[in-house]
Amino acid sequence: MRRFVPLAITFIVGTVLILSVFIPPAQDLNRTFTLYFDIIAVFAFFLGGGNLLRVHINKLRMKKRDWQFSIVTLSGFLIMLAAGLFKIGNPGDIATAVDAEGSMFQTVFNYVLNPLQSTMYSLLAFFVASASYRAFRAKNREATLLLIAAFIILLGRTPFGLMLTGWIPESFSILQVPNLAMWIMNSPNLAGQRAIIIGIGLGVISMSLRLILGVERSYLGDDNA
Amino acid sequence: MPNLGVIISLSVIFGGLAWLAYRSIKGYEIDRRVIFVFIGIAVSAPLLFPITFEEKATPIVERLFNRIDELPAGSRVLISFDFDPAMAPEVQPMANAISRHCLHKGHKVIFMSLWGTGQSLMTAALANDILPGFPEKKDGRDFVNIGYKAGNEGVLNIIVSDFRKMFPTDVNGVPLDSTEVFDGIESCKDLDLIVALGGGRPGPKEWVLFVGDPGNVPIGVGVAAVVAPQLYPYYPQQIIGILGGIKGAAEYESELIKRHERFADMPTPGLRMMGPQTLAHMVIMFFIIIGNVVFFMTGRKKVI
Repeated sequence: MRRFVPLAITFIVGTVLILSVFIPPAQDLNRTFTLYFDIIAVFAFFLGGGNLLRVHINKLRMKKRDWQFSIVTLSGFLIMLAAGLFKIGNPGDIATAVDAEGSMFQTVFNYVLNPLQSTMYSLLAFFVASASYRAFRAKNREATLLLIAAFIILLGRTPFGLMLTGWIPESFSILQVPNLAMWIMNSPNLAGQRAIIIGIGLGVISMSLRLILGVERSYLGDDNA
Repeated sequence: MPNLGVIISLSVIFGGLAWLAYRSIKGYEIDRRVIFVFIGIAVSAPLLFPITFEEKATPIVERLFNRIDELPAGSRVLISFDFDPAMAPEVQPMANAISRHCLHKGHKVIFMSLWGTGQSLMTAALANDILPGFPEKKDGRDFVNIGYKAGNEGVLNIIVSDFRKMFPTDVNGVPLDSTEVFDGIESCKDLDLIVALGGGRPGPKEWVLFVGDPGNVPIGVGVAAVVAPQLYPYYPQQIIGILGGIKGAAEYESELIKRHERFADMPTPGLRMMGPQTLAHMVIMFFIIIGNVVFFMTGRKKVI
């Protein structure tokens, strides 16, 4: 029974949703199920928040390794939760947006989260430069092709590309670096991306069929697989 | 004419790189901290002493620009801010430029987000960057901010047939039915254009799959540079134009300035950031060349 019920739910929901695409009167079912999904997803927020509290409170209580960071995590979570729920510092009444200008929620977002995330992402420039220096070596034919393509794209994304090759006559304009960069994006890149998308699509269809027909059962957990 | 700061910065960067090239030919490897220092200088020097370049819109950017430009005043355009602060330096300039363009052309604009962080960025951008330039525009009549809704693709799957099921009110709790912008709009199918800005998931790709294709709504996108190659398969049939990274934003801004006098003095973060990006690219290319020089030299591996 423990195995049959989830398998039956998966089969019925999967089959109905596939049929709803092909049978116009059943199309509303698709939207109804999506709404159900959204309602269920709301509870995931509670579960996620509860789980975060449980894990970090346990870590603090047991004084596990790096427990000090849990204080930061819990403080951040609780402060933002309170700021959002009680709309602390909001200029209007309770009906105004949680992130209205001047609210505590928006202030913390602007002055803490925003610079932190931007800083983390900007570090990428340094690692990309270091990795490019070490990885882009013309070791063999394939690596050389990759190197040339990377060079053209890098140059094509700057005004220098046009400055260096702008003198090439219009009849050979494909050889201008920005046009070459566009060609790489529009031809080899496009072909590769399409192949990947089609491959992923076929994989999704095959996996979905396995799930709907009950062949794939790993989502039920180890005991039921 | 470049100022003294620019000349000194370029001399330091390219002089230093020439010295590194010489050392590499002598057979020395370059420590990664040296690379970090050069990238740091290449990115920060053009911010302190701005270097600006002239940009020309590529066809893929121009197509989206033209679509917004040619839509009749009063057209309904939805702009979705599906990004976080990490992506904002690349995507925010294009979000601001497109929003300004739409408001200037008299389109009715709906602002929304599928990312929790997107709503806060959108609120800040509207209050500080976009709306101060349009004091004549009224909330509810010319634009509406409907904010963030959790549910990712699920939200799109619903609003493609019914907006109010997911967004009964705007971000301030005002019912959508009482706003002029939503007059005659039942679903995304009633929109004239959707501009999806982002790069993660849910993002532009989900807008194409769940709204653009099933609803037959034209979609333009603005994304971080690393994501742009993944969207080329959808161009030009399913996506009418792609703005990729800072370069895409700079091209859009330059087109906006060229074609509309009103924006002659507008802030142009995209064009301004092309300086750091250009120099960083040049430095990276230089290091790739040095790396290959070292690779082809005989195996002396000293570190400087």
